[in-house]
Amino acid sequence: MASFQGTKMNPSRFHISQLKFYLILAPLSVFMVMPIIFIFSHSLKPMDELFAFPPRFFVQNPTMDNFRFLLSTFTVSGIPVSRYIFNSVVITVVTVFATIYISAAAGYAFSKKNFKLKNTLFSINTLALMFVPVAVSIPRYFLVVKLGLINDFSVNILPLLAMPVGLFLLKQFIDQIPNELIEAAQIDGANDFTIFRKIIIPMTMPAIATIAILAFQLSWNSIEPATLYVNDEELKNFAYYMSTFTATNNEVAGQGISAAAALIMFIPNLLIFIFMQSRVMNTMAHSGLK
Amino acid sequence: METKSETAALPRIDGTPQTRSKFKKWREKEGSAYLFLAPYLLLFFIFIVLPVIFAVGLSFTSFNAIQMPKFMGLKNYIDLFMRDSVFMQYVLPNTLKFSLIVGPISYILSFLLAWMLAQIQRGPRTVLALLIYSPSLTMGVAMAVVWKTIFSGDPTGYINSLLIRNGFITQPIQWLQSPEYLLPIMMVVTIWSSMGIGFLAMLAGVLNINSEMYEAGYIDGISNRFQEIVHITIPSMKPQMLFGAVMAVVNTFQAGLIGVQLSGTNPTPSYAGQLIVNHIEDYGFIRYEMGYASAISTVLLLVIWLCSKIVWKMFAEKE
Repeated sequence: MASFQGTKMNPSRFHISQLKFYLILAPLSVFMVMPIIFIFSHSLKPMDELFAFPPRFFVQNPTMDNFRFLLSTFTVSGIPVSRYIFNSVVITVVTVFATIYISAAAGYAFSKKNFKLKNTLFSINTLALMFVPVAVSIPRYFLVVKLGLINDFSVNILPLLAMPVGLFLLKQFIDQIPNELIEAAQIDGANDFTIFRKIIIPMTMPAIATIAILAFQLSWNSIEPATLYVNDEELKNFAYYMSTFTATNNEVAGQGISAAAALIMFIPNLLIFIFMQSRVMNTMAHSGLK
Repeated sequence: METKSETAALPRIDGTPQTRSKFKKWREKEGSAYLFLAPYLLLFFIFIVLPVIFAVGLSFTSFNAIQMPKFMGLKNYIDLFMRDSVFMQYVLPNTLKFSLIVGPISYILSFLLAWMLAQIQRGPRTVLALLIYSPSLTMGVAMAVVWKTIFSGDPTGYINSLLIRNGFITQPIQWLQSPEYLLPIMMVVTIWSSMGIGFLAMLAGVLNINSEMYEAGYIDGISNRFQEIVHITIPSMKPQMLFGAVMAVVNTFQAGLIGVQLSGTNPTPSYAGQLIVNHIEDYGFIRYEMGYASAISTVLLLVIWLCSKIVWKMFAEKE
């Protein structure tokens, strides 16, 4: 082993040969995270620093003014900004839980059940990994009209629920659960729903955490439903409100408020990922396409 | 309720009992599977399969959202490739340039980063991976604000003031409104936020390679890092490489909206940042030529499918 000169993956301690990787990765990570530090710093800047010339990257006298202003603002149509945030929270929570349940149930069927169309349906789902929702926004719009979902709160949620990547990852993960375990449970008299609830769900928690993150990102950041299917301002989400910012506000004063809004968009994404990241890596090991 | 319908149906018409029992057999055998599948399949069908079928269908018609669609045969496709000068002159070259640069760079970069990250200790790796992954967390919307501030066109914009103070330019540059800069900025922004789920998959893939593979490789005469990557690392994580590649293709073609977010207009200034996705929106939701827009959508879906086929050929496991 001592003579082995090759790559040591996942090393347990620091060795001087790793230095070169740190030298590349550390500056690159700083570069990657720079714009995020920028929103942090920008959102805390008081008015005079926003107007400062030359502009400074870091804030000197941090203040919460931008947040206070943002949260007390009303839009032209008299909707408080907090309403958008409230909508976003409700939409996202429902989407995350519903996506988990729906994909886990389907993943269980694809992994542990036998039915004739199994392979066909699963390859259609694999094909749908390449699906790009923006490409079909027009027919989707007409379907939503036909279903009578225009201006319905549920339209913020329903189109996001079928997530081919989610089903794919869950199915691959459930494949790891030994069939004997399920057979043993069946002998003990457990029915399908008990098996699903007591065995499948607890044993796929890492994959479920991953799906939760993906569904969270998808829903929290989505502007498609609010832009296309909802006219009622009261039913739109925070991401939509944010996008109206980028379309109009370009004067300096608005920048601090935009940054504050961007930070409100970003923080939940970050927290949920940090909270669940170790489980994500566990799932991704089974993400391979064959 | 079940027993009632059974007794009612069984003795009546001949032929029915047999199909009936066939159905019963099917229900016993496959029914529970479909019970679990039903919610997913239903939503999948309504919001993914049907829209794709309709897009293809509408692409052969002329449709303005008010009157009934009128069948036009291949006219939309012929117009798209023969008559639509904006498409041929700007949209197609932009899309090609954008995807051929952004796709491979973001993919290779995410592999190299994953490969390097796998070779440092767990603690620092987690932190660095999180930093690299963080830009892809918010996907566009929120981030456009940052880029608009940094690339702002007045002299107080960050890039402009930096360049003016150091004497590179005397007049502020309208970064996001000028045709020559918009597309490159879109590329940088997209690459920056592309270390997403594909990157995580590849990181997990590299970490999962059995270390004996490397030892065996060196005994077999591998002598440097490059050979090692080509002969051991990539072949051992082909499934993850493929997953990452498909995700890279999809993300690249999906990223089109960033141009409109940055410049604030659709069409983008002098069509400089116009990609296929924006062209669809332009015709569909601004001009209401839905049939024509659907033809563009169909072409986009075909292009994505073709690209994925190519990466599939490159990485699929040959057995």
